[in-house]
Amino acid sequence: MAEALIAGIVIFTLATFLGVELINRVPTTLHTPLMSGANAISGITVVGAIIVAGGGHGWISTVLGFLAVVLAMMNVVGGYAVTDRMLQMFRRKPEAP
Amino acid sequence: MMSAALVEVLYLVAAVCFIIGLKRLGSPATAVNGNRLSGAGMLIAIVVTLVDRSIVSYTVIAAGLVVGSALGLWMAKAVRMTAMPQMVALLNGFGGASSLLVGGAEFLRSELTGQQLALDTSITIQLSLLIGAVTLTGSLVAYAKLQELLSGRPITFPGLQALNAALFLTIAGLSVYQVLTPDSILWPFYAVCALSLVLGVLLVIPIGGADMPVVISLLNSYSGIAAAMTGFVIRNDVLIISGALVGSSGIILSQIMCKAMNRSLTNVLFGAFGGGGGAAGTARSAEGLTVRQVTADDAAVQLAYARSVIVIPGYGLAVAQAQHLVRELADLIEKRGGEVRYAIHPVAGRMPGHMNVLLAEANVPYDKLFDMDAINGEFERADVALVIGANDVVNPAARTDPGSPIYGMPILNADHARSIIVLKRGMGSGFAGIENDLFYDPKTAMLFGDAKGSLTALVSEIKAVA
Repeated sequence: MAEALIAGIVIFTLATFLGVELINRVPTTLHTPLMSGANAISGITVVGAIIVAGGGHGWISTVLGFLAVVLAMMNVVGGYAVTDRMLQMFRRKPEAP
Repeated sequence: MMSAALVEVLYLVAAVCFIIGLKRLGSPATAVNGNRLSGAGMLIAIVVTLVDRSIVSYTVIAAGLVVGSALGLWMAKAVRMTAMPQMVALLNGFGGASSLLVGGAEFLRSELTGQQLALDTSITIQLSLLIGAVTLTGSLVAYAKLQELLSGRPITFPGLQALNAALFLTIAGLSVYQVLTPDSILWPFYAVCALSLVLGVLLVIPIGGADMPVVISLLNSYSGIAAAMTGFVIRNDVLIISGALVGSSGIILSQIMCKAMNRSLTNVLFGAFGGGGGAAGTARSAEGLTVRQVTADDAAVQLAYARSVIVIPGYGLAVAQAQHLVRELADLIEKRGGEVRYAIHPVAGRMPGHMNVLLAEANVPYDKLFDMDAINGEFERADVALVIGANDVVNPAARTDPGSPIYGMPILNADHARSIIVLKRGMGSGFAGIENDLFYDPKTAMLFGDAKGSLTALVSEIKAVA
């Protein structure tokens, strides 16, 4: 168990530094879509929610899991869709004069 | 069922999609692609989870996936671009709530079945409860402030910080007790959840509306960390990796924003900035000074004959939904031979890059948008600086008055332009709650009214100028 925990902490630390490097290179222009896009990624808890909801561990787990799936999916789908909507505007070619 | 190794590899693929996706978000040309790649990573993670884990009932999951996706899609379609900060806050709160529920469900399952949790799992469950709950209520308060359901002013009372510290210590104490006690007791669990929810509210209410973007970004970071904690709880690396990525991105963005306002993160979180009184009381009062008011037709003439105009859009422009009118006005000026550029302050709008999104929505080509550093030298050669709904970011006191609460904040040098036209609703002060010397500058003309009305008038008056 302790080994798995250590491995987890190592991964967490390395990924944190990677995140810092990635984000520092994004220009201000794109910070709003970046924030909503990163926010969508944090909806990854949906994985945990699915495991809890579908594990057949009794009704409490199922109900809480169901709610967790709904909320996480709103986070995921809402986040990606709205980011896409914003980025489409940036990609749009300036109209010819 | 897939082999355990394949599952791990696929989760790794998902994590790589997130990483490359974030990297591609770094340039307008690749950003759309990057975001979709990141979405594909999420889909992989979800599908792998559905296929692999000991899932016994799919009905509930399927229902949850469908309902959540539909609601999320609807929100993303319905939201107005001006409301983007609230939207991010709300979605972020949902993410936090999900972490809280997952942590809670895992805890209750082990307690009710009398199963003993490993120490590390037990600790990470407590952490995901705390962080998830704070993210949930903190984000909801941020949402309410930005949506103006709550006052944007800091709400604070003496001893609030001490109370928060006490709350946090109580939560920590209860968590430790819960982890260490072998008996099956539930009350510390409920207390931790309830107190953490309260803590989230109390941490955010003393922060002013103008600082909400920093808070959202920080809460985004928390929701990332909450996801990573969930990853520890259910032993899943993809959660840990993506949680850490989001965690660091939130922190970095908060820091960038604080830098643009020349404030420290501590000051933003605990300074109750913009409350009037306090620090703001040291700013010079504007009594005895007069402003010069113009009519729309005078301002229109001035703009019509200007060779070079720099537009400084602020949040007031976004509130009035007037970005399309600005574009129309700019087109008219350009048709008459003038040049129009846009100066974007790093905190223009309600979060960094927000103004870029709003102007992109109005089809303003992004080669006309200039960062503060790129345009500040150009103001001296500009005939007109047109300030629309911006205030603190053009306040020269930031350069000249060491007593001002915004002293040292980088600003746009609108006061260096040959003339300045300010479109403003009234003489109210900005988010920082202080007077703006620019408005009393003899070169400055004020055109009062809401941005939309004033711009409509300007557009029709310019058309009338022969």
